[in-house]
Amino acid sequence: MLDKIILAIIVSAVNFFLVYIITPSLIKWLEKRNLAVKDYNRVGGAMVPRPGGPSILVGILASELTLYAFFPRPEILAIIITTSLAFIVGLIDDRKVLGGWFKPVALAISAVPIILLGTYNPHLSFPLFGSVRIPELYIALIIFMIPVTGNTINSIDVLNGVASGFMTIASFALTASLYIIHNYDIALASLPLGFVSLAFYKYHKFPSRIFPGDSGALTLGAMYGVLAIVGHVEIIAAVALLPAVINSFLFLSSVKRIIEHRQIKSNPVTHTDDGKLMASTDKNAPITLVRLILAGGPMTEKQIGFVIFKLALFSALLAIATAFMMEVKI
Amino acid sequence: MKEIFLFVFVMWLLIIGGGQLLISVIAHLTISGYGKFDSILDSGVKALIAMILVIAWIFTLSKIKNWIFHKQIKN
Repeated sequence: MLDKIILAIIVSAVNFFLVYIITPSLIKWLEKRNLAVKDYNRVGGAMVPRPGGPSILVGILASELTLYAFFPRPEILAIIITTSLAFIVGLIDDRKVLGGWFKPVALAISAVPIILLGTYNPHLSFPLFGSVRIPELYIALIIFMIPVTGNTINSIDVLNGVASGFMTIASFALTASLYIIHNYDIALASLPLGFVSLAFYKYHKFPSRIFPGDSGALTLGAMYGVLAIVGHVEIIAAVALLPAVINSFLFLSSVKRIIEHRQIKSNPVTHTDDGKLMASTDKNAPITLVRLILAGGPMTEKQIGFVIFKLALFSALLAIATAFMMEVKI
Repeated sequence: MKEIFLFVFVMWLLIIGGGQLLISVIAHLTISGYGKFDSILDSGVKALIAMILVIAWIFTLSKIKNWIFHKQIKN
């Protein structure tokens, strides 16, 4: 056990400092090539470099490959391949404008290595009541899970620092839950996600110096989804992700179809004269988590971010409570 | 703002409750008498019930969402 703890510390330190060190170079590289997008919520509309996905992927690959060298488990291989495929999907979407169905379908294909490597257990575990065996349905769940987690994190990436900050909280809750249910190896493999997100948050927080882009958000979301499957913590992972799930749910129940954010005609959020964000009064504007938060009155971008982090912390506590409940059988 | 935290909590309760229903009731359902189609029918019926539950879940959450949104605006 001690050797695993030492390895966890080394891997965490390596990937944290790697992302921390290479992200400024990526920012300069993107700025030189004029790869930047307008931050519409910032007064004056500053241009922010995008995408930060490459530095996120480098951090994840460096640590997961190190872990694979020590523990050549197929689960770690599944994490590496699926996360890399999701990154490629995101990078294509960062570079080209594609239809609303491209990402879900391409991400579903990214999930295939999990099935081919046989790194899943077709039992769905619920707290207190045990598990249910769903062999055929579980394959569908795997195919469904990666697009859902990928797009859920992508859809919450609307404000400075929210996607990386939210993922930091959710992934550490997932790591804690994996430890609670005694799945130590996957807990170790999940640590890089939290530390990469935390290191990237340093540059993504308000005022953002870089945006993760689709490549960054899909990489984070897809890795979270793989960990949920190979770690056999699907329900716990869903609980930790609830605020982001709510955001996707609100959006889909408003627009009633799968579309890209850029296809929305009415913006759910507008700006006050003093630069604060306020909920749109347009009845056709979709309801999102941010619009729901702002329905109470205008707020600054930073204030909304902290409300989302409070929601993430609340969900993280519920996820950890769910993990403890997994150990109890009625 | 506390209504959004309540929304998260209700979602969590629905997950726990849905799990209980799935394991205690639906998982115990068995279909037999159709030979080699037994397992396919069994999975199909269970999947159908699960989908109906998901629709009921979404309907409940939609109602809560509308209630929260209108309450927030009134405040």
